[in-house]
Amino acid sequence: MGWTTHECDVLVIGAGGAGLRAAVEASAQGASVTVLSKSLLGKAHTVMAEGGMAASMGHVDDRDNWRVHFSDTMRGGYYLNNWRMAELHAREAPDRVRELEAWGALFDRTKDGRILQRNFGGHKYPRLAHVGDRTGLEMIRTLQDHGIHQGIEFLMENTVVRLLKDGDRVSGAFAYDREKGRFHVVHAKAVVLATGGIGRAFRITSNSWEYTGDGHALALHAGAELVDMEFVQFHPTGMVWPLSVRGILVTEGVRGEGGILTNSEGRRFMFDDIPELYAGQCADTPEEGWRYVTGDKDSRRPPELLTRDHVARKIVKEVKEGRGSPHGGAFLNIAWIRENMKDSEAHIKKKLPSMYHQFKELAGVDITKEPMEVGPTTHYVMGGVKVDADTQMSSVPGLFACGECGGGLHGANRLGGNSLSDLLVFGRIAGAAAAKFASDQGDTSLDEAQAQDVEAIALAPMERRDGENPYEIQHDLQDVMQDLVGIARAEAELAEALEKIKDLRTRADTVCAPGNREYNPGWHTALDLANLLDVSEAVALAALGRPESRGAHTRIDHPDKDPELGKVNTIIGHSASGAIEARHEPVVGRTEALQEIIEEMG
Amino acid sequence: MQQVTFRVWRGEHGEGDFVEYVINVEDGMVVLDAVHAIQAQHASDLAVRWNCKAGKCGSCSAEINGKPRLMCMTRLEDLPLDQPVTIEPMQAFPGTKDLVADVSWNYEVKQKIKPFKPRTPDEADGTWRMDQADVERAQEFRKCIECFLCQDVCHVLRDHHKHDDFIGPRFLVNTAALEMHPLDTEDRLSDLRHRDGIGYCNITKCCTKVCPEHITITDNAIIPLKERVVDEYYDPLTKLFRIFKPKAKDA
Repeated sequence: MGWTTHECDVLVIGAGGAGLRAAVEASAQGASVTVLSKSLLGKAHTVMAEGGMAASMGHVDDRDNWRVHFSDTMRGGYYLNNWRMAELHAREAPDRVRELEAWGALFDRTKDGRILQRNFGGHKYPRLAHVGDRTGLEMIRTLQDHGIHQGIEFLMENTVVRLLKDGDRVSGAFAYDREKGRFHVVHAKAVVLATGGIGRAFRITSNSWEYTGDGHALALHAGAELVDMEFVQFHPTGMVWPLSVRGILVTEGVRGEGGILTNSEGRRFMFDDIPELYAGQCADTPEEGWRYVTGDKDSRRPPELLTRDHVARKIVKEVKEGRGSPHGGAFLNIAWIRENMKDSEAHIKKKLPSMYHQFKELAGVDITKEPMEVGPTTHYVMGGVKVDADTQMSSVPGLFACGECGGGLHGANRLGGNSLSDLLVFGRIAGAAAAKFASDQGDTSLDEAQAQDVEAIALAPMERRDGENPYEIQHDLQDVMQDLVGIARAEAELAEALEKIKDLRTRADTVCAPGNREYNPGWHTALDLANLLDVSEAVALAALGRPESRGAHTRIDHPDKDPELGKVNTIIGHSASGAIEARHEPVVGRTEALQEIIEEMG
Repeated sequence: MQQVTFRVWRGEHGEGDFVEYVINVEDGMVVLDAVHAIQAQHASDLAVRWNCKAGKCGSCSAEINGKPRLMCMTRLEDLPLDQPVTIEPMQAFPGTKDLVADVSWNYEVKQKIKPFKPRTPDEADGTWRMDQADVERAQEFRKCIECFLCQDVCHVLRDHHKHDDFIGPRFLVNTAALEMHPLDTEDRLSDLRHRDGIGYCNITKCCTKVCPEHITITDNAIIPLKERVVDEYYDPLTKLFRIFKPKAKDA
């Protein structure tokens, strides 16, 4: 038994866009950096980001600037965002994109040779720097290829079981490696969580294997708090058929390039209902919508490019009222642009190459000729570790969080394209602040007894002779979350979900993972399960405590917004007895100057 | 619904055997779904590496009925299901366990390739200007998802085990992406010839055939690099030139 101990100034947990950017920054500031990544380097969920990264560079429309981006982000988040984070994000995103180019990223170009920007839902102007529909891959590969030459230590295929503490302060992490099942203690002066999201808590999700809420759960156990956990984004367009690929993402870029949504009657239903918040920003006719996506600056966006929460609800409504596609979705049609464009097939293949291959290879559908069937899929959690905007530090000294596992930037709903920019902006801020913290605060002491306790927790599923299969409990949890805490919620169902999660916890206590410690997925699933249960409870509890509909959170028993709840965020923490509990706190970071920007943008 | 037999390699560090599992398959299932069904129903400790299940991360590379493929992008209905479907790990790398291969050698190779070195910015604000047409050439290579199927199929690595002398198609593509990057100023020709073993490639194009991203590895990446190496080292005019200019890149 026992473990290997590694020493560093800054430990980064996660090697997606945020983790890599944090590691690069901490290293550039002179810290010794270790990165633990659950998968192989370059495989993190960031590779699946398709559309682009939002930054108000104004290359395509020079009316754009950080103030417009800030205002769009706040409107998209229904003003529950951390205002200061939204400001920092909008101000710094352009520099972060240019920095990637200096490290080798090759974005698509404008005619005059600058970085091209595309339209996306909720963004007033073309704002997303992109590479076809594989922007996330470009970002992670650029950061990876830059990062491996910076003297950072990478420990691949390592999963953290618990954070370790020295008094109030974080002092490192206890992890196992997948290959041999050996334990590793990383002793650090500061820790950055960059573990991504929680999508595997749901049955239908666009998220990869790793997305089991690890950072959220680790932070909770270490005494930090979570914010906005009721806000889970259901992306409107996931594949719905064949069943085995249900949930795989269909990029919003399809709609950005002119794709339209229709129901079984052929009706373009998105025109039926324009939300008040966007009344003046939406095209009146399909013709105006087409002019917008082809670059006419005087036109307004087609309703397909409204925010994700709205589009997802509209698709669900069509299906519920019997106007869905054969497999329970809506039709997303990009092939129709041939009416307006010569050479539309080549154009679609060039602009949306991975969508073309995805449908061709997995569904046998040629998107240049036929419509796709799409429906909502769990995509992103707006909620995350509650952090200070300017440092990304949580309430636990030395514990930082950035990217999807950090909370605050997106409020009640994230705009497409704001995630990749989030990773870079707050990855850099967290990395810099962690390096400074490590340098200012110095050494921590390592508590061996804590590590021994965690070792016992980690080995328990393997030492049980018989017990439940971890995959079955995970499937049951996914059903509970999908059916009771999904896109349309109600008090009785949320209460039922909390009861069922309690039962699942009891079952998880008896989970058994036969086999040895070497690359044993049953064991890994058993350990991930504890995290999934924690984040699921947090989501259900936060959702129960918000009896209104706002952004991604829809309560069918409370369909309207409650102005009072529009002023508060839900905070999740552990009580003294160790139970997970929720409370409300006022929205943070609002200033007169920022409020003026909102009013000025209208 | 149909009952299908899967012959799955079970073992550690190259020692092991095929084990047969029978599961029910439904329309539209891919090989990775079948592996997950086997894990859930028969063998919770069956080791498999996967992430995105959407053909974007390049983790679930394996050999299916002897062909190097991504498990998440191989539909069962494209295979003959009246016979057992064979699934085994990539053979050009050491086995870790079951379907997981030890691909760490690839990460060591990448570390040695000289990193991107841009020219000075074109504009006072520190930015560059590039034409879309110039960008596209390197963009093709940057589509690579590092699944290492091209490395797996390459006979120089797979059959001749030249891992110490040859970097393989993946890293020739990686080098091509850097060499053809419009901004890059680094020179990797000496490395390609002397260290990376570009001469070992005899353009059988097996790598191009297995690439799930449809990168034309041989024609667009390897052959142009070979031509550059030939121009640099074997062109008689260049040779003559080098006699009079001893500070050649080899020096």
